[in-house]
Amino acid sequence: MIEVINLSKHYGDKKAVNNISFKAEDGEVLGFLGPNGAGKSTTMNILTGYISCTAGKALIDGIDILEDPVKAKKNIGYLPEIPPLYLDMTVKEYLYFIYDLKKCKLPKISHLQDICSLVKIDHVYDRLIKNLSKGYKQRVGLAQALVGNPKVLILDEPTVGLDPKQIIEIRTLIRKLGKNHTVILSSHILSEVQAVCDRIVVINEGRVVANDTEENLSHKLTGDNKFICKIDGKKDSVMRLIQSIDGVDKVYCDAEHKNDICDYRIESFEGKEIRYELFNKMAQNGFTILELRSAEMNLEDIFLKLTMGEAIPALEESNNYEEAEN
Amino acid sequence: MGAIFRREVRSYFTSPIGYIFIAAFFAYAGLMFSSDSLNSGYAKMDSMFSSLLTILIVLIPILTMRTISEEKRTRTDQCLLTAPVSLGGIVTGKFLAAFLVYTAAVSITAVMAVVVSIYGEPDWNVIVGNIVALLLLGGAFIAIGIFCSSFTESQVVAAVISFIVLIAVSFLSTIGGLLPALDEGHWYTKVIEGIRTALEKISFGERYIEFTYGIFNFSNVIFFISAVAAFLFLTVRVLEKRRWS
Ligand SMILES: Nc1ncnc2c1ncn2[C@@H]1O[C@H](COP(=O)(O)OP(=O)(O)O)[C@@H](O)[C@H]1O
Ligand SMILES: [Mg+2]
Repeated sequence: MIEVINLSKHYGDKKAVNNISFKAEDGEVLGFLGPNGAGKSTTMNILTGYISCTAGKALIDGIDILEDPVKAKKNIGYLPEIPPLYLDMTVKEYLYFIYDLKKCKLPKISHLQDICSLVKIDHVYDRLIKNLSKGYKQRVGLAQALVGNPKVLILDEPTVGLDPKQIIEIRTLIRKLGKNHTVILSSHILSEVQAVCDRIVVINEGRVVANDTEENLSHKLTGDNKFICKIDGKKDSVMRLIQSIDGVDKVYCDAEHKNDICDYRIESFEGKEIRYELFNKMAQNGFTILELRSAEMNLEDIFLKLTMGEAIPALEESNNYEEAEN
Repeated sequence: MGAIFRREVRSYFTSPIGYIFIAAFFAYAGLMFSSDSLNSGYAKMDSMFSSLLTILIVLIPILTMRTISEEKRTRTDQCLLTAPVSLGGIVTGKFLAAFLVYTAAVSITAVMAVVVSIYGEPDWNVIVGNIVALLLLGGAFIAIGIFCSSFTESQVVAAVISFIVLIAVSFLSTIGGLLPALDEGHWYTKVIEGIRTALEKISFGERYIEFTYGIFNFSNVIFFISAVAAFLFLTVRVLEKRRWS
């Protein structure tokens, strides 16, 4: 549905987007994850024809956005970072305007009514947009993108600046929309793309750092050789005991709490099971394991790792490992 | 284009700008009319028409200052430029809306002509010619104002730029008159003469004033229509260029 091929955008010397490629299939919710300044908005602005690219191509439903912009834009609903609202209009007047602007052919009143009940703005339909709260403005922005029922929705940080309740509502709505539309959503919040997206493209400094399904991405980067545990016992003795376990590579003390309780991070050698021995040794010495869990990396860690530039070797490593196994 | 036209017209009258523009135009035209035509019991309106040039230089920038700059400032241009419409359609829609408001203001001169006809025998050909000229001049000024508005995000800056440009294009012939008159025989006398003639030829004021003398010259009509087309085209180019920067 959407295909981006070697896209670049330079602002003078600054490479805002640097040779990125990705695809979004029909009906997919694609998350575009990256810190501020990564080039998310720039990419979206290119995809929607607001700005042009320096090099590369963006295809919407097979149509090049630069070659036939009018036709390509018919398939896109865009919610930019700042919703493009005319504050001096009422919601109704604004949506009527957008309807006419997009030369929409669907039955006007019922189509707009459907959108309004979907994004829950019926009861502010006759209010001036400037008097609406941030959350409602965002919804009107979303409503605007939905007019004409475009196949593709491009949403730039749709939950930024909303309160937690509104965030949950908007996310639920996006997931719902994902059933009938191809959605590209950008965010710098990991839990958001985790919650909403099928596939995640991580970008940093204008480059794609990772592109995979959410599960795969987490899976690739976590091993089962890292554990976090909380143990009640004298720190030095505990450290020594852990060190003496067969298969333990490194052990760190992450935090010391009161009454000799400490958090430890243990790394074992690949394929070695250390948990039984750890349990037994602690029990024999009268130390109590209060907590023991795999240091499963959440997307937050992955993201940090990826954007700090360490993860590319890690990704390759795990790829090689899988290949070797096969 | 239709959607943009309707929205623009509406926004002129939900903000004070449309009213201010029309009211100021009515007031100034009324003042000129009463002092030139009514008080002197004179069945001509040419001096009123020629003095309207001045007020247009002041008022048209107010009418057009927000057309594009305000869209940029509030980012609503993102909605226009990502909608399935051409840039030409967007700019034309905005032009036509401003022109409609302007036409509403100019319509007062027709009323004045009727008033004149009660007291005297006006030359209708000249008066119709004058009204057409006023519309043409205003159209060209509006196109220039929209063009100037496409350079900045600030309405005030847009208004000031348009004001300066309008003064310049209106009084190009005066600027030409300031060039030194030189003795015959110098090689550059011809060059300066050439420049002077060229400035006169492209002076909006010069061409407009000709109409108020009762001369309906078709080349002047063509000139103003071309000016509208040229500045709207340039506006499209500016918007296009910005996408590529
Ligand atoms: N109009 C512009 N001129 C110059 N640099 C820009 C412009 N727009 C964005 N940039 C730069 O391009 C980079 C990417 O910006 P952006 O796409 O807005 O990032 P994101 O949306 O991921 O936060 C940033 O470093 C930003 O400073
Ligand atoms: Mg952004």
